[in-house]
Amino acid sequence: MIRIPPSALLGLVMTGAFFFVAIFADFIAPYPLAAVVGGVWDPSSSEHWLGTDSIGRDLMSRMIYGGQTTIKIATLATIVSFGLGSVLGFTAATVGGWVDQALSRFVDLLMSIPSLILALVVLSVMSVNELTLILVMGLLDATRVFRLSRAVAVDITVMDYVEAARLRGEGTGWIIFREILPNALSPLVAELGLRFIFAVLFISTLSFLGLGVQPPGADWGGIVKENSAGLVYGIPAALAPAVAIAVLAISVNLVADWVLNRTTSLKGGRGA
Amino acid sequence: MPDPILSIRNLKIEATVYPPDAPPHDVVIVDGVSLDLQKGKVLGLIGESGAGKSTIGLSAMSYGRGGVRLTGGEVMLNGREIRLANAKALRSLRGREVTYVAQSAAAAFNPALTLMDQVVEATLRHGLATRSEAEARAVKLFRKLGLPDPDNIGKRYPHQVSGGQLQRVMTAMALCPEPSLVVFDEPTTALDVTTQIDVLAAIKEAIHDTGVAALYITHDLAVVAQVSDDIMVLRNGKTVETGVVRQIIDDPHEDYTRALVSVRSIDHEEKAKAEPVLRVDGVTARYSGTSFDVLSDINVDLAPGQTLAVVGESGSGKSTLARVITGLLPPRAGSIHFNGRDLTPDLKSRTKTDLRELQMIYQMADVAMNPRQTVGTIIGRPLEFYFGLRGEAKRKRVQELLDQIEMGKGYIDRYPAELSGGQKQRVCIARALAAKPRLIICDEVTSALDPLVADGILRLLLELQAQENVAYLFITHDLATVKAIADSIAVMFKGKVVRYGSKSEVLAPPFDDYTDLLLSSVPEMRLGWLEEAIAGRRMASAGN
Repeated sequence: MIRIPPSALLGLVMTGAFFFVAIFADFIAPYPLAAVVGGVWDPSSSEHWLGTDSIGRDLMSRMIYGGQTTIKIATLATIVSFGLGSVLGFTAATVGGWVDQALSRFVDLLMSIPSLILALVVLSVMSVNELTLILVMGLLDATRVFRLSRAVAVDITVMDYVEAARLRGEGTGWIIFREILPNALSPLVAELGLRFIFAVLFISTLSFLGLGVQPPGADWGGIVKENSAGLVYGIPAALAPAVAIAVLAISVNLVADWVLNRTTSLKGGRGA
Repeated sequence: MPDPILSIRNLKIEATVYPPDAPPHDVVIVDGVSLDLQKGKVLGLIGESGAGKSTIGLSAMSYGRGGVRLTGGEVMLNGREIRLANAKALRSLRGREVTYVAQSAAAAFNPALTLMDQVVEATLRHGLATRSEAEARAVKLFRKLGLPDPDNIGKRYPHQVSGGQLQRVMTAMALCPEPSLVVFDEPTTALDVTTQIDVLAAIKEAIHDTGVAALYITHDLAVVAQVSDDIMVLRNGKTVETGVVRQIIDDPHEDYTRALVSVRSIDHEEKAKAEPVLRVDGVTARYSGTSFDVLSDINVDLAPGQTLAVVGESGSGKSTLARVITGLLPPRAGSIHFNGRDLTPDLKSRTKTDLRELQMIYQMADVAMNPRQTVGTIIGRPLEFYFGLRGEAKRKRVQELLDQIEMGKGYIDRYPAELSGGQKQRVCIARALAAKPRLIICDEVTSALDPLVADGILRLLLELQAQENVAYLFITHDLATVKAIADSIAVMFKGKVVRYGSKSEVLAPPFDDYTDLLLSSVPEMRLGWLEEAIAGRRMASAGN
């Protein structure tokens, strides 16, 4: 039986709740996404728990659908960045030589440009839809994952057991997936949580700037943008999505922390 | 008898351990140890790793490493109880009345400060002398310890002197405040054998001249016999035996001490010359991006079922030779013939048979096994890879191999972290054996092990050689090991083979200067060896 510390349990429950709401948004949301059902910025009531937004749509429903969009894009972008970044990072470390040089210098090039500015440039010339957003974010984040997985793998490739595998005649695939990956997992898992959070923040930022999810679609960043004018009049509608982003970030981090601690003290774990 | 400098009574030391599958709990790591140390005397603490010798040594400063607590008994230094002393009292004590010499000088020095700054630091901090007095004292100690250019060596930084010199500088650092007790914690273990002897002689003389009391901690009985007056043998945190050096060496009372004394007593008959399985022909190699040859014109051969020992100090090129033979470093010139075939220089172009018949065992078994794979997976992989064995057949063969390395049942599903040092090395041997090789390259396979464990591994290797008719290329810096197992020997120095032949030829005089130095530097388990060896040598060691 695994003993889960309270902080991790809280993180797991909260993260689980966010994903549950995101997946079943269609059944949970009390009103449709774009239906105008009340006045402008109605205060919270039994019909509209969080009140209504800048043009009278139910804020609760917008939050739920917005969470779905945000979490979906962030998850897929994280998967893209990890798939791409870790495989390329491990390959660079294992193969070495000019392959490593070419990949690393290309990544340096991408990283030398602030990712938000690069994303803004790319998105302003391309048609903005969910697929482009996911690919752009995934690609930009993959540079960070590449750096981490290459650094971790370089430490592992100098181990004698990797040399032993080479001397045995094993192929690059075996060395990457059977010798390196299991030993690189714990830092990567912790990074997975962090990268997911950065993806959430990134898509929120893009939407807030108007280059992310386009109306009538909604995501948390977009909802902040729509309602930010209300803050001047003391209307807290813009705070709801901001709080949601913060709570999600903390929950995922609590889980990532616990996973990192657990995997390093596993049998045979390196960081015991 | 005058009062002892250090007196320890019934010392009990506990530590908190954090096992992965159980709640944290306390374990007793030293129990009921008592000792007395008079002025000017040296007490050797000897035992295997985990015996508690370093822990006891540090207790003389009333210090416990992370999580280690001195929970019982008393520690008296100069007549004062210090086990329960407060931080302020301890601060005035450490570096003044008792000082410490660590194993790895390279890790103990601050690379950003000059040697002199660090040597006089404790003396100045305690206000024991003015800076110029302290520096004069340090220079005197440098001279006494045989350091080159004693007047100016203090101006250098740690990376500008050799490992053996750094160890002597640390000894000077410990002696500079004129303490009443110095704790030496394996000061020569990390050094090459020819350097060790110089440092040993310097330390011995310095202890003698300054008249301090010393605790000398080591795992090598032959070393401690040279510097100590008395020896305490420790095992699992308890005292096994205490006595004067002569009694411990010549007439040990306990079985465990007897085993330690008689270690390295393997007898190995040299086998006759035969048609070689491996022939290294004029090999010259260098690492890319460098401009000198690490190996030049190496010619050696090795018969099936025999052992060629390659001996030399660090940097002599012996491990590079292994890299060339395995194909990790293609040579610039020369060729390697193996089993009647020419081996291609590069690993990638070798056939599966070539790869299978040439296996390797490493020095550090810890990093030679993937920590995320079980013993079954580790030994089973070559079976699967070379012979296509799967499922039950593979498991059965793995168990056979485990029986062969005398580990038996119950290990197949364990992870490397759940094995002892000796068991780990055995699993590595089984992995090499699984490929049914004709040649195994053993790269310092016993250097990281305790003497008794190393002894067991050597015996196992010899037994397996007899059973499987496998040849060993045995790389080592330890001549005692060589004497125990070799059929032929190649002595390497600065990338060249300086002496090569059968064991009896190589170990018979007349010697060339380097072989003489190497042979005379191996500590022997008798009194007075150190002085004889120093007096009789013809060549200075590289670390000097």
